[in-house]
Amino acid sequence: ISQTSEKEYVGFATLPNQVHRKSVKKGFDFTLMVAGESGLGKSTLVNSLFLTDLHKDRKLLNAEERIRQTVEITKHTVDIEEKGVKLKLTIVDTPGFGDAVNNTECWRPITQYIDQQFEQYFRDESGLNRKNIQDNRVHCCLYFIPPFGHGLRPVDIEFMKALQDKVNVVPLIAKADCLTPLEIKKLKERLREEIDKYGIKIYQFPDCDSDEDEEFKQQDKDLKESTPFAVIGSNTVVEARGQRVRGRLYPWGIVEVENPSHCDFVKLRTMLIRTHMHDLKDITSDCHYENYRAQCIQNMTRCVEMMSVFHSPLAPLSPPCVYPAPLQLRRMQQMLQKMQQQMHEQEL
Amino acid sequence: QDKGVRSLSLAGHVGFDSLPDQLVNKSICQGFCFNILCIGETGIGKSTLMDTLFNTNFENFESSHFEPQVKLRAQTYDLQESNVRLRLTVVNTVGFGDQMNKQESYQPVVDYIDRQFESYLQEELKIKRSLHNYHDSRVHACLYFISPSGHSLKSLDLVTMKKLDSKVNIIPVIAKADTISKSELHKFKIKIMSELVSNGVQIYQFPLDDETVAKVNTTMNGHLPFAVVGSTEEVSVGNKMVKARQYPWGVVQVENENHCDFVKLREMLICVNMEDLREQTHTRHYELYRRCKLEEMGFKDTDPECKPVSLQQTYEAKRQEFLVELQKREDEMRQMFVQRVKEKEAELKEAERELQSRFEQLKRLHAEEKAALEEKKRLLDEDQSSFGKRKAAAQLLQAQSLTANGKKDKDRKK
Repeated sequence: ISQTSEKEYVGFATLPNQVHRKSVKKGFDFTLMVAGESGLGKSTLVNSLFLTDLHKDRKLLNAEERIRQTVEITKHTVDIEEKGVKLKLTIVDTPGFGDAVNNTECWRPITQYIDQQFEQYFRDESGLNRKNIQDNRVHCCLYFIPPFGHGLRPVDIEFMKALQDKVNVVPLIAKADCLTPLEIKKLKERLREEIDKYGIKIYQFPDCDSDEDEEFKQQDKDLKESTPFAVIGSNTVVEARGQRVRGRLYPWGIVEVENPSHCDFVKLRTMLIRTHMHDLKDITSDCHYENYRAQCIQNMTRCVEMMSVFHSPLAPLSPPCVYPAPLQLRRMQQMLQKMQQQMHEQEL
Repeated sequence: QDKGVRSLSLAGHVGFDSLPDQLVNKSICQGFCFNILCIGETGIGKSTLMDTLFNTNFENFESSHFEPQVKLRAQTYDLQESNVRLRLTVVNTVGFGDQMNKQESYQPVVDYIDRQFESYLQEELKIKRSLHNYHDSRVHACLYFISPSGHSLKSLDLVTMKKLDSKVNIIPVIAKADTISKSELHKFKIKIMSELVSNGVQIYQFPLDDETVAKVNTTMNGHLPFAVVGSTEEVSVGNKMVKARQYPWGVVQVENENHCDFVKLREMLICVNMEDLREQTHTRHYELYRRCKLEEMGFKDTDPECKPVSLQQTYEAKRQEFLVELQKREDEMRQMFVQRVKEKEAELKEAERELQSRFEQLKRLHAEEKAALEEKKRLLDEDQSSFGKRKAAAQLLQAQSLTANGKKDKDRKK
């Protein structure tokens, strides 16, 4: 609390502390989606990120069972706490994505799930009793790109394009321990180029304020230039350089997950959890959700107008806040007239 | 042993023990030929592994991920090691595994293999053939590159290998194996082999019939699928330059058996079993293809009474059948032609008759009208003549009456 002078002391400088206190009491929630072909280390990475074992007994399908597999959506919710701060973490997994022989439109169940969560929130928000709204909207989607190819594949482009307007997409290079530093650099450049070329809108880090110190700005710059992050995950603890760390033991050396010169795991964790978690939530609710809501209302307004023609009881929906412009109204009236005419003719 | 053949022992050294050497000399003169097919996703390391295996730099270029269909690219090279010449053909898939819908991905590969079999079969069936000069393009070994997911095979892998196992010697390899730790690798290999077995996929087994190599082959069979790492770059380890990949956490040496199975693959594929692979291709896969193809064409080894029939007899029988069929067709066509002509003739006659009758009808009509007209004319003439007569008569009467009146007048005047 800084006091300018005895006379001018009001006291609202304590507001940040009050916000802090209230938020700790309320607790936080975060929903993270992981998507990518099976075998790219998604579950292992999530375990490494949150230092827990979320996928204790899962059953992996055989190749034969996966020939015609459809994409499922599975949810795991856990409560974790750190220094008094509670986080309700939900991980949404998408087993089966990209695994079948024919993967046409395999992203559809995923976009449907995201829309369902938006719809649920919309209903809750428009309801009468809004005390205990649960936010199940997906705040971030980690998309795992295999490191074995030369860049993006058709399935990667289609997936990211289908989801770019619904959720914050963060592409990652999976299993990065099969790439030498030079290969990683080349692949990242290639991916950034292709993401640009195909107009894919991935999550952009917000620019830091110009009044931040140089160290923070440099950190921010480093972060932005090393996307997409090349990550490695591990479920096991190994002994390296006299310490016990999460890592992978090979005959030729030990890969340390948290070593910045081995992979970008630390950068991802910093970004996802320590600095940008709230920004991800904000963009989800201010941008993706608002887009969905506006579109929903426009569709509903049209439906409501049409329904009134047939004298059916209106569903208790929230009053449309968007009043249609005169031009739209005239168009709607024309449409109604046409429909009435058609019905009339049919009756004849 | 055949019943009628006795085995004798020799009293001295005859010299036919040089036969294998003669054979070897001949093959060295001729040169050897080997064809490898590499199937794997784009970027999985097919070209790099080939470069590493054969210690050369084949001209390769990076493929794109956006091929609409799977293609195959074959390149042939002439290699030489000491005095042995090898004509090596490397066939790579392009765009395998990149499409959204991979249901037809195996087809171009199957078609390629069949085409090579077909062209060999054609050569074999020729009248004037030169098999000893023929460049054998049949695929002798197929390296199937499995993605190192660590879990199991992909659905595409299973579907593809099932379509190929009766056409080519499949040797599955785990690609980019430096991303799998030792314990994970062990589990992965077991899972892969069990999936192959439970789905009835027949991969190439290193042969155990020759005692000199049976032992090493048995051991190697137990290490399948080989987990390989490829590299053409050299890194200094100790005081040597070795083929390796340098990471921040260590150096993966390609030829270190503790790091990966590259050496095992080279040993098995090239040093020990190359000839067996060629033989299996010829005696098993090619023969199967040939039998199926000939059966399709209608050839059989035994006729309906189950007596053995030679190719020549079958061919002759087929030829007769064909000629009879031809004759029948010809007769049919002739008959049809004749019938058509007759039909046309009848049609034309009918038309002619119709025409004739119409002509008659019209003529009659014409005659009737003419007669009617003449009648009318006659009546008119009659009328005219009677009128003329009446007129003359009237005139005469008038004239008579006039003269009579004159006479009367004359009389009166008197």
